[in-house]
Amino acid sequence: MSEIYSTLRKPLILGNKSYADVTADIAQPLDRKPSLPWWIAFLVSFSMFILGATAVIYQLFIGIGTWGLNNTVGWAFDITNFVFWIGIGHAGTLISAILFLFRQKWRTSVNRSAEAMTIFAVMCAGIFPIIHMGRPWLAFWVIPYPNMRGPLWVNFRSPLVWDMFAISAYFTISLVFWYVGLIPDLATLRDRTVSKIKKKLYGFFSLGWNGSNKTWRHYETVYLLLAGLATPLVVSVHTIVSWDFATSVIPGWHATIFPPYFVAGAVFSGFAMVLTLMLIVRKVMHLEEYITLHHVEAMCKIIIATAGIVGMAYMTEFFTAWYSGNEYERFTFINRAFGPYAWAYWIMFSCNVFVPQLLWSKKIRTNLLFVFFIVIFINVGMWFERFVIIMTSLTRDYLPASWASYSPTSIEVATFIGSFGLFFSLFLLFARLLPMISIGEVKAVLGYGKNNQQ
Amino acid sequence: MSKRLLINVFEHEHDILGATKAARENDYTIVDVFTPYAVHGLDAAQGLKKSKLPFVCFALGLTGAVAKLGFQIWTSASSWALNVGGKPFKSVPAFVPVTFEIMVLFAGVGTVLTFFMISKLRPGKKPKMNFSGATDNKFVLVLEQTDAAFDIRKIRELFEPFHLVEMEERMETTGGLLNVKEALQS
Repeated sequence: MSEIYSTLRKPLILGNKSYADVTADIAQPLDRKPSLPWWIAFLVSFSMFILGATAVIYQLFIGIGTWGLNNTVGWAFDITNFVFWIGIGHAGTLISAILFLFRQKWRTSVNRSAEAMTIFAVMCAGIFPIIHMGRPWLAFWVIPYPNMRGPLWVNFRSPLVWDMFAISAYFTISLVFWYVGLIPDLATLRDRTVSKIKKKLYGFFSLGWNGSNKTWRHYETVYLLLAGLATPLVVSVHTIVSWDFATSVIPGWHATIFPPYFVAGAVFSGFAMVLTLMLIVRKVMHLEEYITLHHVEAMCKIIIATAGIVGMAYMTEFFTAWYSGNEYERFTFINRAFGPYAWAYWIMFSCNVFVPQLLWSKKIRTNLLFVFFIVIFINVGMWFERFVIIMTSLTRDYLPASWASYSPTSIEVATFIGSFGLFFSLFLLFARLLPMISIGEVKAVLGYGKNNQQ
Repeated sequence: MSKRLLINVFEHEHDILGATKAARENDYTIVDVFTPYAVHGLDAAQGLKKSKLPFVCFALGLTGAVAKLGFQIWTSASSWALNVGGKPFKSVPAFVPVTFEIMVLFAGVGTVLTFFMISKLRPGKKPKMNFSGATDNKFVLVLEQTDAAFDIRKIRELFEPFHLVEMEERMETTGGLLNVKEALQS
């Protein structure tokens, strides 16, 4: 046995499963017809998506004058949503790549869904900067291509161009990583399905996989390489997103703490979203033996750690503002906590710093209902974090004469709801079409923490 | 040319590891081993060398990085140099983020495509050898019967301690894998 047995290790998968049980348990939901709750959930999500799509089409015709923006506040709801969704995506890559490099075997039960979540979240995020352009049909102008205007190239010194490259690279690599992970499972599905159409589709996408060890040898190397590449990539993506802010001279944004603060926040919010989805999935799809309390606890611990980093960053920002002696910086932070958007600031602070502290208690951490409510709070709090950063700095900058206020219009709210609709619709479709848990990888950790020799 | 193959089916990870090792030690020709997941230690047991893909990955990453850095310098300083806020035309530090992203993109996508090529995986391909259960719960060791000295009884004895569950002879022809009867008829 390659696995070392230790009484300290607890089994990752409960219920003494055989290899065939794993295949059957994970593939079975795909054989069934969708249940009534699935249809209800899908119709609700899809209606939300239609609402958002209608709002987007409307603002394409009328222009972004339909938003609540004004001369002072040029970024608001859209960029908040963009950063929110990009942040959500980061947990997927963290689980699939970073935990893989750290040999955290519990990741095998959650990595497939977390990666799917990443892809869908990045898709949702991508909508916002594109519609923010105002003339999205010219979005391709951010790509450097030989054109008839000179050629006039893009400005490679601009963080907004970096952002475009970072997000497209991130989306592509996440998709490739996810697909590579899916290939062996698609072959498993191909070999067990009785439906002819499904056999053809799974057969097409499984690329002729037959479990040959000559292929596995390269496969494992590719997986390791992709994990090694995705790890710095995920850090770079949110770093670059934070540079969108940090390279400007707006008080409250122009700070060197931004990259680590954003990356930690992204992982924090992403894990909250992974847990939100996983707690529902394990219950609805009866995968309690695969996504166990141990998995929930492990993710809760990462949430505590990142909540600590985020809380530390909030306070460091305040300290730096005071210590810098810069009166604009000082004003911005006092205004942030006690100004007109103080309510948003305190929602953010309590949801992200106070509420997660409850997870220190093992009793709460293992009570799934509690965990569910806590992660919902974190999702809300992390959305407000981006809202607070953007809003407080933009509404009141250097010149009191240009101070303004902002509130979103119904079109903006509808677009935001639409992005949730898109996200959940895609996730629900994924749950029906592909295995939610990596069948092959779970089989490899089946012996973990069990003494198979006896 | 048709090859005579001997298909040996096992049900456990440690059995396939032991059987593969035993087959190799007794100088049998291992065609391949088919497993539902990546079994660690099987590469060594089967006598496979380490994958050379990391070198490919490195070369691709380097190509991407050099090409993108060169492209940025060319567009910003030579093709149509624009003065942006008085910043230098060759503002190399500002070119680092995009260079990095393209490096990762080239290395990642390129390595996967190389992997597909060397492993002969392509959309819609029908695998030549596909044993029932090999993607579910069976571990399949395929041996080639190279000469007349190949004695199936000896192999059965050799695999006895590894709980051999099934053994079958097949002919590999251009028409695919046939069992012996079919092969004789064709």
